This record gives sequence, C-alpha cells and structure tokens, in this order.
Amino acid sequence: MKKYLLIESNDPFDNRGVERFYGLAAQLASLDHQVTLFLVQNGVLPARRGAAAPGLEAAAAAGVEIVADDFSLRERGIDAASLAPAVRAAPIDRVIDELAAGARAIWH
Amino acid sequence: MTAKTTLTFLLMDGPFENARSTTAMRLIDAAVRRGHDVNVFAYEGAVSLAFAKQTAHANALHGRNAEEENHPLPRKWIAALMAKAAEQGTQLRWVNCGLCVDERGVNEAIPGTSRGGPADFWKMTLASDNTLVIPTK
Repeated sequence: MKKYLLIESNDPFDNRGVERFYGLAAQLASLDHQVTLFLVQNGVLPARRGAAAPGLEAAAAAGVEIVADDFSLRERGIDAASLAPAVRAAPIDRVIDELAAGARAIWH
Repeated sequence: MTAKTTLTFLLMDGPFENARSTTAMRLIDAAVRRGHDVNVFAYEGAVSLAFAKQTAHANALHGRNAEEENHPLPRKWIAALMAKAAEQGTQLRWVNCGLCVDERGVNEAIPGTSRGGPADFWKMTLASDNTLVIPTK
C-alpha cells in the first residue's frame, strides 16, 4: 500500500479534468492505496452539501479521504457546517504533514 | 508534528496572476512553521516572484494612496518567509531559473535568493524527502 496526496485546485464546473482527477483518486483507493484528496482554491466549491459532484461522492465511496482547505472555504463564504458529509475542513498544514510523511503528491 | 524533513517546491506561475502563487506561499509558510527545511525552484514566470523592483502603487480609481492600498508584493512575502525560517532555525533556499530570469529581464532579485538551472531542481529533489510541483494551468 502506498500513500497518495492528490491536490485539486479547480472547480469541476470550470475544468473537465477535475472529474478525471477524482476518478484517479478513486482508482488508487480501489487498489488499496491510502489516498487523500485535498481541495484548495476553487477546488472547494463542490465540497458544499447539495453540490452536484458525483465524482467526488464516488471517490469518497471508494475510500478516498476528502479534505477541504479551511482558508479557501472562508474566502468563499463556505462554513464547515455546510460541507458534504464526506468532506471535512483542515488547515493547509495537512498538505505539509502528508508530504513530510512521504505521500506521493500530485497537483491539479 | 512529523519529524523534520526537507521539502522541495517547484513553482511556475508569475506574480499577480493566479491563486496558485498565494497557495504556494501558504504551503511554504506552513512548512517553515512546522520546522521543515524548504527548497524552492522558481521556474518560468515564477522567477518574477522575487523581483526586487516590484513596487506598491496607489489606486486612483478608489481614491487610495499607496499606503492605504497596501498592495501585496510577493517579494515581501518571500523576504518574510526567509526571516521566519531564520527565526525557526530552518533553511529556506530559493533558486530562480537563470534562463527564465534573463528572458524576463528580472535579474534584480531580493537578497537571499540565487540563480540556477533545472539541474538544481533535480539535485534538490534528490536531496529532499518529498517534492511538490505546482504547474501552471
């Protein structure tokens, strides 16, 4: 089992590559790797409860841990209580901790 | 907190253009704050982040002078990160791609930064525990 950190900075309504990135996260998790998907910048927009983000839900169902940058959420007026159940807020320090722990990191 | 490591970041975006630059600065800040040594290789437009002649300006449209506008300058952020690293006892090494600097005419970089080439990035990655590349769109 390997540890992966996938960082998504784009909004899926703005960039078609985002759904494929979610798919990559889900696929890695389905292969029993430990996968964290860190949402940052406009990447946090689909983290809202009720947002149409089937790829994000599928990634969560596949075992991907989904984390949203708390600063990006605040910038966009999204409070932690309005996040989808599969998403939790965390500071950007989480990325540093994952890198320090040796996670293979990909930025999109 | 995890044990002290060396982390390398490759940046490509120029200043004043994209949230990726701000996020990169936040990541470097977090790494320094958590006691890690940090290498930064600034490539392509990112070499202008440390350009020493960045100048704050007034905003006539909103009737604010330069002080009131408080325009954020990436060169000041980098200097602040270097000062924080020194306080923390960690290393923040910032290398600008020399050819990218020449192309853009931004040779006057702030103190503490240096000039190098892609081979330096390769050496950084070899000497690091992990590397994050933040590409342009």
